[in-house]
Amino acid sequence: MTFAVIVFPGSNSDYDAFHAASAVVGAQASLVWHKDTSLGGADAVILPGGFAHGDYLRTGAIAKFSPIMAAVNSFAERGGPVLGICNGFQVLLEAGLLPGAMVRNRGIKFVSKMVPVRVEATDTPFTGACTAGQVLRMPIAHGEGNYFAEPAVIEALERDRQVVFRYVDEAGQASAAGNPNGSINNIAGICNAGRNVVGLMPHPERACEASLGSADGRVVLDSMVQAFAAGVAGGRSLA
Amino acid sequence: MSVIDRKVLEQHGVTEGEYARIQELLGREPNMLELGLFSVMWSEHCSYKSSRVHLKTLPTTGPRVVQGPGENAGAVDIGDGLAAVFKIESHNHPSFIEPYQGAATGVGGIIRDIFTMGARPIALLNALRFGSLETPLARRIFSGVVAGIGGYGNSIGIPTIGGEIVFDPMYAGNPLVNVLCLGLARHDDIIKGQASGVGNPVYYVGARTGRDGIHGATMASAEFDESSAEKRPAVQVGDPFMEKLLMEACLEVMKTDALVGIQDMGAAGLTCATSEMSSRGNCGMDVEVSLVPQRETGMTPYEIMLSESQERMLLVAKAGREREVEAVFEKWDLHAVRIGHVTASDRVRLFHHGALVADVPTKALTDEGPVYRRPMARPAWQTSVQQLDLGPLAPPASSQTAFEALLASPIIASKRWAFNQFDHSVGTNTIAQPGTAAGVVRIKGATQGLAVSVDGNGRHCYLDPYRGAMLAVAEASRNVACAGGEPIGGTNNLNFGNPERPEIMWQFGEAVRGIGDACRALDVPITGGNVSLYNETEGRAIYPTPVLGVVGLLADAAQTVTRVFQAAGAAVVVFGENRGELGGSEYLARLLDLVQGEPPALDLAAERALQTLVVSLVRGGLVQSAHDCSDGGLAVTLAECTFGSGGIGVEVALDGVKTVPAPFVEAATLFGESASRVVVSVPDGHVAQVLTAAAAAGVPAQVIGRTGGGDIRIDVDGATTVRMPVAAAEELWATAIGRRMQSAAGAA
Repeated sequence: MTFAVIVFPGSNSDYDAFHAASAVVGAQASLVWHKDTSLGGADAVILPGGFAHGDYLRTGAIAKFSPIMAAVNSFAERGGPVLGICNGFQVLLEAGLLPGAMVRNRGIKFVSKMVPVRVEATDTPFTGACTAGQVLRMPIAHGEGNYFAEPAVIEALERDRQVVFRYVDEAGQASAAGNPNGSINNIAGICNAGRNVVGLMPHPERACEASLGSADGRVVLDSMVQAFAAGVAGGRSLA
Repeated sequence: MSVIDRKVLEQHGVTEGEYARIQELLGREPNMLELGLFSVMWSEHCSYKSSRVHLKTLPTTGPRVVQGPGENAGAVDIGDGLAAVFKIESHNHPSFIEPYQGAATGVGGIIRDIFTMGARPIALLNALRFGSLETPLARRIFSGVVAGIGGYGNSIGIPTIGGEIVFDPMYAGNPLVNVLCLGLARHDDIIKGQASGVGNPVYYVGARTGRDGIHGATMASAEFDESSAEKRPAVQVGDPFMEKLLMEACLEVMKTDALVGIQDMGAAGLTCATSEMSSRGNCGMDVEVSLVPQRETGMTPYEIMLSESQERMLLVAKAGREREVEAVFEKWDLHAVRIGHVTASDRVRLFHHGALVADVPTKALTDEGPVYRRPMARPAWQTSVQQLDLGPLAPPASSQTAFEALLASPIIASKRWAFNQFDHSVGTNTIAQPGTAAGVVRIKGATQGLAVSVDGNGRHCYLDPYRGAMLAVAEASRNVACAGGEPIGGTNNLNFGNPERPEIMWQFGEAVRGIGDACRALDVPITGGNVSLYNETEGRAIYPTPVLGVVGLLADAAQTVTRVFQAAGAAVVVFGENRGELGGSEYLARLLDLVQGEPPALDLAAERALQTLVVSLVRGGLVQSAHDCSDGGLAVTLAECTFGSGGIGVEVALDGVKTVPAPFVEAATLFGESASRVVVSVPDGHVAQVLTAAAAAGVPAQVIGRTGGGDIRIDVDGATTVRMPVAAAEELWATAIGRRMQSAAGAA
């Protein structure tokens, strides 16, 4: 299967995602320039971390106008699996593919550290190989990862099990101490109603090799490969 | 009719003697624009006029040196046709005036130096100095600098993998922000900042030129006084997004083979780039200044040429290949604007709407600048500060209390408050993270890894600049050795006061002599660096602070260790001799408020033997951890080995040193800072082999105890002097700086 990693001007974890998907996981991966209009027959799309278009105006706000986003939108509408990591998550929010918004971290500062993140839902293409409640250690590195949405939206996300990842403490509890940025309900990642679009602030692609401090994030990409093999999601016809 | 009078010269920082020399070189009086060109190119910052005679004495060659000083950055061979490209640079003065932007643009500047060489930047480190954290000013500057470094480095996506931060009242009015960038290039891809080929087009690319930063280089060449805040317009504003685009576009253009040379516009902006590129290529350059993209209207040629607006590059392309170059920049939504061409003359000629406005011999700007052999004098107070008589003194606290005070000392305490604001995981190469001494990165597609450390100790250098500088080289080198890296190259950032004062110049000369001697002994060539002088406020200079960055080569990135104990039940071995040296120690400063004595002695041959031994043990997989012994002595070193281990304690028994009066035996044994020591943990099965290897290398080695239990326990001469649960000690150490920053924020 093939991952398309979208490269916006200002993406900086694009090659990290490419490396993880290809060299580590062993899938095919291609870097797709934001001015392109086709995903080139990819089976899954990754919107990588970085600061697309400088994050001027708001994080992700300009990226949604990049030419490739029309293709990403229609791919997602047809049920194609899309993963937004960090800035990619912010782009998905701005593009309306996921609900809610990001505000400055509680405490204002950029936060870069390894954090425990609990898998809350295993019925997405990016968590199918996880066990429910599995805790993954992955780095976060962001200044605006404080997830916010109206109470009704949060309620719906929780009710429909669209919260896919939650920040937890060392004991695995979604406590205030385990919340690195002030996100409502410790939300670290969510999916859309169709469950094919997933966004998260932690970086699974930077946690795919033990020598880098954690290999826990690899399961996110492995899940997608397995889902593709099982024919559950993706498929070339989608692109 | 000349408008250049004494006042104008003073504003330009040009002496009357220098002005006479300018007239001689030109054969006439310069016009105002030409004076501006000379003033920035002959500023201390660009010309190294006070430091050059000393810098020439540094060792800069070696079998691995691919590029020594003189280019945008140095480069050393790391095998497989690859080179590590690196340099350290300061942005001290701007960071005092505007901490966030000063630090941010410092990061931006050094990154440009690296990718200008054709190397992809893969890591950043920083060495920072601030005033006492107990003062609001220092906290504000610290906070702003950390945010600025993160704001730029995190955005552009280059991980910050290490560094060191020191707080001392001596830096209250002159914080230091030294940033090292490491890049990776194939030897064949290294590009020089030179112009050549008559008729080749000269392109300007990147951000438009504004009025910011005019005379930044001149500002960096003067002391501060109470009016320094008025210099804020001389600080540039950074745009990491523009730099990211520039970096990607430049690296892409370099692959086309359509490029002749490239240089960033940093200090002295377009003036420096045009003159240095022509000078290196022994050619001339004609530039139409009005074609330079401008951010503001009505800019004069003087302003355009002296602006230090950030994120701008000058490049020379091959004639006939213009479209290829332009197309790459267009892809990244950047415009490469042709502003001139290379000429067969030896002059930089500037035109404004076709009229010749400046005509200067290239070498006059770059090579004919003044060189000063400034008078040096050993300060009258030097001998007295080196006297340390412990006799009349008594330890002010128990060893346990002193241990706790040192762990919470901002110099020793964890710097995670800062490091947690730096993205260290981007790039997926970072193996050893900030806070574990050397930063270590792997190289994708190769077996090798690189370890980098930056170190300096201003207190040591104040007490003895020669020995202090040697100790800095030794420590940086020892840190990379502890990660399994063979030290293969160095870069230095020399931060000093006003060189026009003989005692400052003496400190400078002594420090450079020390660096030279240590680098020769340890076989670490200096491939480049930066000099920052005039770090004074109202006549008070900083500690002389040479900062050394050393790059070490790991034969295999997987064969590395950190300072952290890996398992209970390992033997704890200390290499080197404990001579109980308290001179210049953190113990004396923290507990007795005394900066006194001679810094620790250093035997360079012993140091080299130690480092070679440690590298071979790490590479051989014989040790589970390795940690250099420095600030806070053996007690703090041992404690640091337990931090991050998940609570693996340590129990050791030490022999008291015999070198100090009885009341200080415990303190000197625990907290003395004798150099050339490393603590390693060794699984039982390897102990004999490790001790044999140490004996063969002539390195003193002693098994002092074992890892395990939940406590840090240190006995001296049979009595327990320090005993504390790891968790409690780690909490103290980990939160000391955050607590100070938080309580201050709460109070504000």
